Amino acid sequence: MQTETMTVNLGPQHPATHGVLRVVLELDGEVVIKCTPEVGYLHTGIEKTAEAKLYYKVIPMTDRMDYLAPMSNNLGYCLAVEKLLGVEAPPKAQWARVLLTEITRLNSHLVWLGTHALDIGAMSMLLYVFREREDLLTIYEAVSGQRMMSTYFRIGGLTDDLPSDFEPMVRKVIRTFPVRFDEYENILTNNRIWRNRTVGVGVISKEEAIKSGITGPILRAAGVKHDLRKVRPYSSYEKFDFDIPTQEASDCFARYQVRLEEMRQSLRIIQQAIDGMPEGRYLARVPGVVRPTKEEALFQMEAMIYHFKLVTEGFHPPKGEVYVTIESPKGELGYYIVSDGGTMPYRMRVRPPSFVNISALSKLVVGRLLADVIACIGSVDIVLGEVDR
Amino acid sequence: MSNITRERVTAQFGDKILATTEHFGELAFVVDKSTIVPLARFLRDDTALKYVHLSDITATDWPEREKRFEVIYHLYSYDLTEYVRFKVHVADKESVPTLTGEWDTANWLEREVFDLFGIPFDGHPDLRRILLWDEFEGHPLRKDYPLTYETPQFTYNKDQPPEVIK
Repeated sequence: MQTETMTVNLGPQHPATHGVLRVVLELDGEVVIKCTPEVGYLHTGIEKTAEAKLYYKVIPMTDRMDYLAPMSNNLGYCLAVEKLLGVEAPPKAQWARVLLTEITRLNSHLVWLGTHALDIGAMSMLLYVFREREDLLTIYEAVSGQRMMSTYFRIGGLTDDLPSDFEPMVRKVIRTFPVRFDEYENILTNNRIWRNRTVGVGVISKEEAIKSGITGPILRAAGVKHDLRKVRPYSSYEKFDFDIPTQEASDCFARYQVRLEEMRQSLRIIQQAIDGMPEGRYLARVPGVVRPTKEEALFQMEAMIYHFKLVTEGFHPPKGEVYVTIESPKGELGYYIVSDGGTMPYRMRVRPPSFVNISALSKLVVGRLLADVIACIGSVDIVLGEVDR
Repeated sequence: MSNITRERVTAQFGDKILATTEHFGELAFVVDKSTIVPLARFLRDDTALKYVHLSDITATDWPEREKRFEVIYHLYSYDLTEYVRFKVHVADKESVPTLTGEWDTANWLEREVFDLFGIPFDGHPDLRRILLWDEFEGHPLRKDYPLTYETPQFTYNKDQPPEVIK
């Protein structure tokens, strides 16, 4: 009998590759014997462009990397620049940041759940999660005026104060979402097809996962109880009470369980943040570095001068380098910023969680069926805007 | 917290550590390129440190220096919950030993540095461009690569190439 392997291009325009990922698969019948992910189709040179922009003008570009979690990207960048400057955001800004990044986490995980379920045959999930996502995007729109590329965080605080109808909108999310999550579980958790497609698929051992640099929910599904929000708290996360969900099975189903539980934990954090939202300024008062508020700029001469100087000239952080990481919905998101004392970053490096996670794809799929590749790509949760930058 | 790292690394490697800095509470070592692999292994395997997670590999370009590139490694310890950074200075076309034998993550991260800076890695199993296409000329994250240069040049702008901002 003649045995010949076949090479198949999955993507870059395959609907189940979440964008423009191309996976070159070598198949023996239907079994994958080699898997090579090819990335770069969405490369836009954000790191190069950032070197020619004033510090505050880089923030809108960070949205465009992980466009499903724009506020997490904003937060990582702002924290890195704030560390460089020695500026700390006021309490209200920190709590609002926590609240909004958790809303971002919900947003990201919801889209993940919908597309992952769609990929492996549960079409209706996508419609349900987009119904819920609408509530989250309405909050985005209320605070920043944009539904996706929010650019709401600023160096030293927030763009603007939280709007007056912010609280009722967040309360609605807290009230309605737990019921929705129960609905998702009713549809999926004990669904035989869902279990057949996910249980025991895409297993990676704890040691292999660490060796491959995997972070975030995938690592927690492999049994490592690690979350940067807990162990290296930033933006007042230490004041919030939440659990880190973990699983031992390390398959696609475990990742689904971890992410679903993470969404419930996010709701807990949102509840605490909205209940205890401090009063006060939403921008730090650091003249010459942090932009004055609009009211100050209109009614105080010094503030007006600072505003003008900041917008036209920018500020000069001290020479040095910082590496700041946060727990984004996809994993460990790091910003490495080098300052040479100028008004623009000398080098801005983004440590993209999706990029590193997808590089381990071949370990998940080799030896399994072609159909499992789709489930594995879905369970890794990638955003190609971030992989390619 | 990072003191233990500093002490143990200095005790083990002594004068092989060319410089130790701690800015913004971040510990960094500068080493020679022959020390990268032993240092990485030591940081990973030492029972008191256990920097088992290779977080990032990147580079910066300083064209006015004699050795223009800095290759920068970030490791993370799940036990200490601390990052450590070490760097190596290399000249143009000078290669750096690979860490692919120690971490699988290094594969793609080193390919990215090779792609965008043109720094070769010795012993890398699959050193190809990753984000840009194979025929691409130049390495965009070098400081002397123009910011707005469009490649490939298309027929419609071949005679009037766009303005190049250095």
